[in-house]
Amino acid sequence: MATTEEIRAQLAELVNDVAGVPVEDVQLDKSFVDDLDVDSLAMVEIIVGCEEKFGVTIPDEDSKNLKTVGDAVAYVEAHS
Amino acid sequence: MTGTIAASSGATFAAMLSIASAVPSRVVDNAEMCTYIDSSDEWIQQRTGIAERRWVGEGETVETLALDAARSALQRAGITGSQLSALIVSTVTYFHQTPSLAAKLAFALDSTAAAFDISAACAGFCYGLAQAESLVRSGAAEYVLVIGVEELSRFTNRHDRGTAFLFSDGAGAAVVGPSDVNGIGPVVWGSDGSQADAINQTLEWSDALDAGERPYVHMDGRAVFKWATGFISEAARKVLDAAGVQPEELDVFIPHQANNRITDAMLRSLKLPEHVVVARTIKQFGNNSAASVPMAMDSLLASGEAQSGQTALLIGFGAGLVYAGQVVTLP
Repeated sequence: MATTEEIRAQLAELVNDVAGVPVEDVQLDKSFVDDLDVDSLAMVEIIVGCEEKFGVTIPDEDSKNLKTVGDAVAYVEAHS
Repeated sequence: MTGTIAASSGATFAAMLSIASAVPSRVVDNAEMCTYIDSSDEWIQQRTGIAERRWVGEGETVETLALDAARSALQRAGITGSQLSALIVSTVTYFHQTPSLAAKLAFALDSTAAAFDISAACAGFCYGLAQAESLVRSGAAEYVLVIGVEELSRFTNRHDRGTAFLFSDGAGAAVVGPSDVNGIGPVVWGSDGSQADAINQTLEWSDALDAGERPYVHMDGRAVFKWATGFISEAARKVLDAAGVQPEELDVFIPHQANNRITDAMLRSLKLPEHVVVARTIKQFGNNSAASVPMAMDSLLASGEAQSGQTALLIGFGAGLVYAGQVVTLP
């Protein structure tokens, strides 16, 4: 089972790859939209990337609640 | 008494012998688009890559566009309409339910060949190409004309912020025929009818008539984007595998011009080498569904960015949801 920090680091790589955000900026308290400037299309891609990377399924009704990096990491921890 | 039924047999290989397109005359830039919807040039370009799109001008229709592209394709292939064995037209914007546009075009091209329309939306050209390849190799046809044509400007709600800026008009045509070497790889295709509502017509024609309303194309952009960046990226990889072509052997990538952001995501997923030329004609043409792949191909060849004989990966995907892709040798 990956640790919170391992999941955060992998997610940071994904966010960097998709949206060009520096990996060090992708911290648990950051909002994807407000702090990291990730737009809605990039967010969809990040969700798809999470599903592949972490082997989870994230339905639309859940993905809309993933506002911060911490929300996404917690979701992966709970569902993988 | 039991008879023996003869089986047809055809060419060992098929290839595209030509490609051509017809670009509608009316340029609609983002400034004009923003007179119909509350948006901005920056927002549209950042979200889609579209700077301008083409709509039909005075006197232009799916029929005139398709004929222009078809005549050029026949000329470039060095054959006449009377030599065609089949015409396949992919369109979702021929508003005359019957007879088919293909039959009408055949007559205009001096052909009495088999002629039929197919409904595979933005995957339509690749669907048609797959059928053409099979017809040539089975012996059911010698030369097949495949046309993708759309007039989405008549099918789009100009005031819908989710779709108005995307859709456009255009036509592309290819002649497929027998070849000494294989020029069209195995098709990878399929459908997902569970997502029929992701892109659809808002009202059936009969209901629209009763209601006195015009139907439009509706799209759940989020669902389509998710499917395209995930499932379709994977399908594109399977197309390469089916053809036995390594990413390093590829020269050109021509995805359906749905959105540059989808193309970007596919590139990240496919990890294509730097030298691969990527079609991004959406910038000047917008998303014209079945016409986008052949128009992009013709445009890349005309500009010299791609050359005849090069190896290209095609993938179309859209309403159905449906998809199809193949590796081809550029004509």
